[in-house]
Amino acid sequence: MARTRAPLFLRPSLYRLRRRRDAARLLPVLGLFLFLLPILWTPAQSVQRDTAPDGVFLFLAWGLLIVLAFVISRSLAMPGTGDDRDPDDDYEPDPETDDGGSR
Amino acid sequence: MPFNILVASCVAYVICLFLVAWAVERRADRGRMGWLRSPLVYTLSLSIYCTAWTFYGAVGYAARSGLEYLTIYIGPTLVFIGWWWLLRKLVRIGRQQRVTSIADLISSRFGKSNLLGVIVTVIAVVAATPYIALQLQSVTQSFGVFASPTQDGFAPPDTEATAIWVAVGLALFTIIFGTRNLDAKEQHHGIVTAIAVEAVVKLVALIAVGIFVVWGLADGPGDILARIDASEIADWDLQPGRWAGLIFVSAAAVICLPRMFQVMVVENADERHLFTAAWAFPLYLFAMSLFIVPIAVIGLERLPTNANPDMFVLTLPLAEGQGALAMLAFLGGFSSATSMVIVESIALATMVSNHIVMPIWLRLRPSQAVSGDVRRLVLLSRRFSIAAVLALGYAYYRMSGGSTALAAIGLIAFAGVAQFLPAMVFGLFWRGATRAGAGLGLSVGFVIWAYTLFLPSFGPDALLSAQVFAQGPFGIDWLRPEALFGVLGMDPLIHSLFWSLVLNTAAFLLGSLLTFPGPVERMQSAAFVRVFDGPSAGARGWSRGMAEPEGLLVMAQRILGDDDALIFFEAEARLQGKAGYLPDPTPEFIARLERRLAGSVGAATAHAMISQLAGRAMVTVEDLMAVASEAAQIMEYSARLESQQDELTRTARALRDANEKLTLLSVQKDAFLSQISHELRTPMTSIRAFSEILTEGDLPAGMVTNYGQIIHDEAKRLTRLLDDLLDLSVLENGSVQLNLELTNLSQMIDRALAAASHTKAERSFLLYRDLPMENIFLRTDADRLVQVFINLISNARKYCDAVVPELRITVRQRAGRVTIDVIDNGSGIPSAHQAIIFEKFARLTDQTRAGGAGLGLAICREVMANLGGTITYLPGQGGAAFRVSLPLRLERKAA
Repeated sequence: MARTRAPLFLRPSLYRLRRRRDAARLLPVLGLFLFLLPILWTPAQSVQRDTAPDGVFLFLAWGLLIVLAFVISRSLAMPGTGDDRDPDDDYEPDPETDDGGSR
Repeated sequence: MPFNILVASCVAYVICLFLVAWAVERRADRGRMGWLRSPLVYTLSLSIYCTAWTFYGAVGYAARSGLEYLTIYIGPTLVFIGWWWLLRKLVRIGRQQRVTSIADLISSRFGKSNLLGVIVTVIAVVAATPYIALQLQSVTQSFGVFASPTQDGFAPPDTEATAIWVAVGLALFTIIFGTRNLDAKEQHHGIVTAIAVEAVVKLVALIAVGIFVVWGLADGPGDILARIDASEIADWDLQPGRWAGLIFVSAAAVICLPRMFQVMVVENADERHLFTAAWAFPLYLFAMSLFIVPIAVIGLERLPTNANPDMFVLTLPLAEGQGALAMLAFLGGFSSATSMVIVESIALATMVSNHIVMPIWLRLRPSQAVSGDVRRLVLLSRRFSIAAVLALGYAYYRMSGGSTALAAIGLIAFAGVAQFLPAMVFGLFWRGATRAGAGLGLSVGFVIWAYTLFLPSFGPDALLSAQVFAQGPFGIDWLRPEALFGVLGMDPLIHSLFWSLVLNTAAFLLGSLLTFPGPVERMQSAAFVRVFDGPSAGARGWSRGMAEPEGLLVMAQRILGDDDALIFFEAEARLQGKAGYLPDPTPEFIARLERRLAGSVGAATAHAMISQLAGRAMVTVEDLMAVASEAAQIMEYSARLESQQDELTRTARALRDANEKLTLLSVQKDAFLSQISHELRTPMTSIRAFSEILTEGDLPAGMVTNYGQIIHDEAKRLTRLLDDLLDLSVLENGSVQLNLELTNLSQMIDRALAAASHTKAERSFLLYRDLPMENIFLRTDADRLVQVFINLISNARKYCDAVVPELRITVRQRAGRVTIDVIDNGSGIPSAHQAIIFEKFARLTDQTRAGGAGLGLAICREVMANLGGTITYLPGQGGAAFRVSLPLRLERKAA
């Protein structure tokens, strides 16, 4: 299947847009990391009374994620960039040709 | 508070909601949606995730298991801040395919398979029963808490009666609310707005209680933190397995819960609303969870130890004498429960009617698909479904005893709907996912979930006997519901989640890898997975002209309603450039109609109904594939024919060329034969004449000498001609004897020039030579080569028609071969004749003055062939030009 070759380098605006999309993709990874951190420092049978600090940490992380999500989605929703039909999106799953086709 | 006032306030609240919904529907009917379609309303409607479980249960959860309740909100937060991965695609597909429910999505993805729709519907209904029971239980408990201190003789009914009344009330409310009409796109603007209002109510209520607790009962945040450390919550230890597992299951649930799917995908009015919901919904969850621990801590501190922690939100203000705040909290909890039940039962009813009732009815009475009133049937089946769903919820509530912690019940439902996750996620991202795999995975996951979590949740000896719990079914130890495969010591919830999802995914993947998808399935998979790659490529394939437009219109009217159907048909007709209401049944039109109908009755049903009229629905795509492969074969065949034809054309051209050459030669040969006979005849005639004269005698001696000389010359001419012919035939036979020796090329050219100078001796040529280059020794037959040179040079002398004739001889040596070019500055040989000059008897002019018989170049060619070389005409050199090419060292032939 003939595919038109994408250009190797992009103009800066498109480049920034793609990096913003990357940021949007990375945000849940950061979130997962932050929310799983307490597992590391909370041994199963700690004697310390650490519920309150844990709670404070979790809510702070949560707030941070919300702020980041707000910033990122704002930047993605800017006029001209909101169109999410992304033919230029290099991270979409590879448009494989039909699997197991009868040809 | 008196029970009757409580009931009255609940009814008043519900009536308020109803008015809101009614007003919004009216606005929507007039097309004035405005702010009602704003991202704010969308985000608030998503808050239906927070049910009575959140409102009441989270505090109880926190009192029992510390911060673990946060996992239920962290999972959805991760899903929403990661909206670019999944939700964006989900919403786009939902809008493009007009998906009506999660069952519709999965069925549609896997080739509009109704079986999958049925499986998903069954799982969703079963998994929803504990969840609805949870709402009934919380409302009943809140009634129990609130209405207990009555003194005016209006005794509150017992909890069972309350639960029944709550269930019946909710069912009626939902039926009136949700099934008033059958919307084209299955969107319920009124309900969505009412839910948004309820979202505000429950948020305000919970935050109000939280503020009262933090700043009224405690001394601000610092004090609360100190009290948390002092309370028994501080003893909570994070269990990594449960922590991670619950985050995962809540993340899965927020995508897979039927009601979440309903508000998130089906009711979505604009994809861009996701941009806002991506951060605003996590913010809502954040706000809902913020005061949970403080309320739990203060509740544990101040209320008696036997108080139900699930009801702290209500009992704490009551115990502190804050009646109004308690009322607000009660309404908040009530609205959490009602909004959940309304949307959940609508979503489930849609699934039941689209995937179970309609297909059965279509199967039983196919003829009525067109003529019968489908709208009434759909509405009726939805109403019954709503009632049935609530009845099931009530049954679960009764059977489970109504005393379990709310969060524990909710998690059972979460684990149940999480079974949709593999089929859905793989379906959206992997084109290899097949219907068989999805069906297998869903069934396996459902059975394991039911066996290890759902059935045991009723307690020992309720549905599963205590013996099964202890020893496994039929005494098979490793099949114990809470210790599958002998895995002991796992938390029951995590145990069930782990095994059901692992085996679900494994069955799904294995099934997908081993089966082959059908044509519709493959087209749908492409449309889903590559939804962002340009326009939709969904499974179309209605054949033209199979359906009667009138029939389609009648059917559409039954489903969409008369006006909507007529408007749709008129627009379609206009699109085709026709007046009136009956567009031509083009495949595009039928595909759009199918999608429109799918918005009301689901993809599978719409497909089946149209196929009743358009015929060959399932077959059409297969036919198309067959046609396509036939077309491919024909194309391949014609390509082969084409290449054959090309070859034939080439051959024909070669033949034509050969024929032309032959014809020309034959003409030339005829001319030559007449000429050669003339040439032979002329000397013969003069020889005969002069010899006759000589025979008569008595001639003067001078005359005899003269005549003898003439006879001799003529005989020489004859001999030369015959020599040439003989020479040529010898050369052609290849039987020529070559006399190989090393000779200097320059000397050979000298010899040739000297010999050729006798030809037309009166003309003087300007001669250009390259002596240094000529100075090479060739191993060849020098005499033969000189013969060729002589021929070329004398040809030039004979035919060069320039006023100041020139002759250029250039020599090149390359790769063991030598080329000698002999070029004059005459008019050269016309291209039409270049092909035949080397042929025997070829003569370009009728001039016979040089006495040649047209054999010279033919002999040259044969000579060069014998010398392992070639002689060719060089066009474009500004005159006649011949290139002689031969090996530097000719080896003697092996033969």
